[in-house]
Amino acid sequence: MAGGDDLKLLGAWPSPFVVRVKLALSFKGLSFENVEEDLGNKSELLVSSNPVQKKVPVLLHNGKPICESMVIVQYIDEAFAGTGPSLLSSDPHERAVARFWAAYVDDKLVTSWVQSFRGKTEEDKSEGTKQMFAALQTLEGALRECSKGEGYFGGESVGLVDVSLGGLLSWLNATEEMSGTKIFDPVKTPLLAAWAERLRELDGAKLAFPDKDRMVEFIQKRQAQAAAAAAAAASEK
Amino acid sequence: MADVVLLDLWVSPFGQRCRIALAAKGVAYEYREQDLSNKSELLLRSNPVHRMIPVLLHGGRPVCESLLIVQYIDEAWPVAPRLLPGDPYARAQARFWADFVDKKIFDCGTRLWKCNGAALEQATRDMIEALGALEAELGGKDYFGGEDLGFLDVALAPFTAWFRTYEQCGGFAVAEHCPGLAAWADRCRGRDDVASALTDPDKVYEFALTLKEKFGDK
Repeated sequence: MAGGDDLKLLGAWPSPFVVRVKLALSFKGLSFENVEEDLGNKSELLVSSNPVQKKVPVLLHNGKPICESMVIVQYIDEAFAGTGPSLLSSDPHERAVARFWAAYVDDKLVTSWVQSFRGKTEEDKSEGTKQMFAALQTLEGALRECSKGEGYFGGESVGLVDVSLGGLLSWLNATEEMSGTKIFDPVKTPLLAAWAERLRELDGAKLAFPDKDRMVEFIQKRQAQAAAAAAAAASEK
Repeated sequence: MADVVLLDLWVSPFGQRCRIALAAKGVAYEYREQDLSNKSELLLRSNPVHRMIPVLLHGGRPVCESLLIVQYIDEAWPVAPRLLPGDPYARAQARFWADFVDKKIFDCGTRLWKCNGAALEQATRDMIEALGALEAELGGKDYFGGEDLGFLDVALAPFTAWFRTYEQCGGFAVAEHCPGLAAWADRCRGRDDVASALTDPDKVYEFALTLKEKFGDK
């Protein structure tokens, strides 16, 4: 690692957006200080570093803050261009395509998955699930196009989209375990299913991903809290 | 087909971002107005995922999503003005704030023409707060990019044509809350590359009123 580079990540271990940043740092072989934030009691440092959104992740590089997970990931790739693999090609069109799919993960997959969990009605939730599987089908096609026969969206090695989607893997795997339904179905989306296996085996991923059982426990606790809040609200009527 | 083609809609601020970037770089292109109620084969083929404008076609290859198109234009034609600076930290700041414009300005703007009553009052407060954050980011500079147009200038400039609409709907004046931003808007509109892309603010307001009639809250 370059001398005099102080990297500090303000994060929360379950957040897929935080995991993205950890993936990028690990893939580039960069060491950093991990600061676990209590999101119910945000630190002075977090609030002053991200006054606009007050959210994690925030990366502090020699004290200067960068916010928004995919902005941070591109920053890491550019500021440490000589270190580890490049997450983006040098070709402008390939870069535009990678950025497009990285953004698609947020716009369509994250949004629909959140709806499948937090939808107000059963109908809402099942619509979210439907849209999530549709988004995965689209991403299967994207992987076929981008990988050009290799193992990753980035081709031979991991790239921007692998990081963007990879951040979500732990949540999606935990959801699979809890619901009993495969999300990365080897029949419906064979390339994605193989990609997920392949990514999980990478050293960088092992460093960044939260433990699956811990993830399941966390989601179950969250769901119980949401159910209790809904019951309390209902009983007040 | 020309080497550079832009599939666009006359009033779209997202399309206008692309027009500004192309004009700033001096890139010749063919503009193709799209009918979104009857989408063309070319549009559907070029953007099968979202089926939305703008789409830039360069040598037949499509680039979608306005901010990605602007970055593409900057990288494919690496001539002055460099819309994204060389320094990674400055690039990250520009990207963060451009994303902020997408998330906040467009959202608040939509709520301003769409909503009534308490929701409209909230939209007004949110818009003033968002514009204030951008005012602070501009600081005393001529442009967000410094001495010349940068990525964030291109991202925000089309929305200046909507300021009059926001003011009419929300009952506030941008210049009163954000004098620096109002001056920046005038400065941008004084440039050919921006002025030629933007819709006349009165036409924008007319357009917003038709949107309100069709889609506004009753």
